[in-house]
Amino acid sequence: MTRRVELSGWGRWPRVLCTVASPARPEAVAPTLAALPSAIPRGLGRSYGDAALNAAGVISCRRLDRMIRFDPGTGLLEAEAGVTLDAVIAAFLPRGFFPAVTPGTRFVTIGGAIAADVHGKNHHRDGSFADHVAWFDLLCPDGELRRCSPQSNPELFRATPGAMGLTGTILTAAIRLRRVETGWIMQRTIVAPDLDAAIAAFEANLDATYSVAWIDCLAGGARRGRSLVYLGEHATRDDLPPARRARPFEIPHRRPRRVPLDAPAVALNRLTVGLFNAAYFRAGSRRSGPELVDWARYFHPLDSLLDWNRIYGRRGFAQYQCALPLATAREGLSALLGAIAASGLGSFLAVLKRFGPGAPDRPLSFPIEGYTLALDFPVSAAALRLMDRLDAITREAGGRLYLAKDSRMTPETLKAGYGPALDRFRALRAAQEGPGRMTSALAQRLGL
Amino acid sequence: MSRVSDPAGGNAGAPVLVLGAGSDIARAIAQLLAARGHPLQLAARNPAALDRDAADYATRHGVAVTTHAYDATDLARIEAFLDGLPALPRIVISAVGLMGDQEANAADPARAAEVIATNFTGPALTLEAAARRIAAAGGPGAVIGISSVAGDRGRAKNYVYGAAKAGFTAWLSGLRQKHARGPVLVMTVKPGFVATAMTEGMDLPAALTTTPEALAARIVAALDRGRPVHVDPLWRIVMGVIAHLPERIFMRTRF
Repeated sequence: MTRRVELSGWGRWPRVLCTVASPARPEAVAPTLAALPSAIPRGLGRSYGDAALNAAGVISCRRLDRMIRFDPGTGLLEAEAGVTLDAVIAAFLPRGFFPAVTPGTRFVTIGGAIAADVHGKNHHRDGSFADHVAWFDLLCPDGELRRCSPQSNPELFRATPGAMGLTGTILTAAIRLRRVETGWIMQRTIVAPDLDAAIAAFEANLDATYSVAWIDCLAGGARRGRSLVYLGEHATRDDLPPARRARPFEIPHRRPRRVPLDAPAVALNRLTVGLFNAAYFRAGSRRSGPELVDWARYFHPLDSLLDWNRIYGRRGFAQYQCALPLATAREGLSALLGAIAASGLGSFLAVLKRFGPGAPDRPLSFPIEGYTLALDFPVSAAALRLMDRLDAITREAGGRLYLAKDSRMTPETLKAGYGPALDRFRALRAAQEGPGRMTSALAQRLGL
Repeated sequence: MSRVSDPAGGNAGAPVLVLGAGSDIARAIAQLLAARGHPLQLAARNPAALDRDAADYATRHGVAVTTHAYDATDLARIEAFLDGLPALPRIVISAVGLMGDQEANAADPARAAEVIATNFTGPALTLEAAARRIAAAGGPGAVIGISSVAGDRGRAKNYVYGAAKAGFTAWLSGLRQKHARGPVLVMTVKPGFVATAMTEGMDLPAALTTTPEALAARIVAALDRGRPVHVDPLWRIVMGVIAHLPERIFMRTRF
């Protein structure tokens, strides 16, 4: 049974009328696929652009949401692909386990996290999501279900993370959780008055478990790239105030708030974003010394504001996330920030992060060793022109864009960013003959 | 009345029996009660189809979960079914239901009987027997029947289903009065529209539509407070109006 639904990614742009099927159990996915002319799997729809859109067929994995088993000895959790990190944390944090890698939202599915090979604030130390996946079962275009692991179907095991669902549909997966003593993070804030200082702070703290920076993309001149660099470590029980030690996994309950309607288009402009950034930087600069922050506020601050994508208004927004190699990162970032400042367009969210070594054996996995910058722009002609300029700078620096965020890059930009790995991936796709053709709006746009 | 369950995990050992355990509403309630530590007995016509859910609850919450064959329409086997459970359940939830096709239900006696047994006599007799057993054991306990606002007034669209739910609602009301002074809470739940995975993208009126999770949270909250009837407040108004429309006017409407 299918229905026709207008879908978009989290950026709410573009929107596509899609035929959607919601198979109720893993065994129902193969017949569902066989009945569609082509398909792409979709989880919670948190990729920003057109990766989980396909007019001819979308397989919603939301009903594949059962956990299968957990081994507390190894921390290995087997679960269906539609299980969310939210559910994983709810079930296992009280028992002292936490996802080894979590992106900026817990409202993602395990299948989606593998498909995008998401990264977190610990990428420089722990790699990306797929580095903590023991195996997954992939329903391939030929209708065969294949167990993929380093030993079994290793090519698919490497090609699937980052491929945004194009190699097949993940039905179940086994992920390793990490042990934690508490639900709290010991956070330290480093005030970086400019880009060089921010980079120096990252480089000096490569041994920190977590690191990420909020960057003021509107500050110009000598203050260009001023940042607040946040370092974090899982707090031990002894780090907690005595009153919290008895229940170390409990955090203050915050009622999530919801953005009730689309903000008017003018709400976020250079002035309001500039004022916000200045106030935020000042407030952050006053913070000194380590502080305890609960896991939800530390890892997923925006999750407390449900439907936050509506603050960009009805037209939607595009997220721009690039990664630049270490050697060119400083010049590249400076040029990117310069182009943004010159455009007069503010990005409300701007995040800078040091990546560790990427995974060159995974052709479409995004992270490469260096720096990644993530920005949001409400969709407009000027913003699209600006992002084209940012593409040129990224390419010049030998960098690449993140498919999970992208809605507008050209095949040439993709080719420049991913290089010969792209040909390897296309060859693998071509060899995956079968009636269950996997494709998406993103794949069609980029010729993947 | 002492509580059979509470958010702090009190009486967490009390087993919970879920009839029609494969439904979205049943699953949402089971998650909440398993999270409090209650062992679960899942029952449905085809228990093998519950294995996935059983593993899920056990993995998430570390509780014992068993599955059982239960056919609500097999009225003669109800006592035997209860005898076959590994322990006397202290909370019994019936989420059994069958809507069917109205035209076929009204025309075919076998279908009519099936709809009535599935929505009414089967769950009613099961909750009746369970309440008697829990009371005999001294309680505390609760039996919860998921009925429907469709039973508030027969409508052309679904009156076989509606009549069965009306019967179930009336039975629960009587059962509740019978146990009013005893240790067993008898709760009637009358949901309105509930959005499930299958209705994603469908055009249900947002103000009148809830999710299985939200409904389950309200049912468990009602259980905690010992509330006998749970109806969505907006639906209470809507059905209050529909139920009291004069016949002359009601005949002209199409809902």
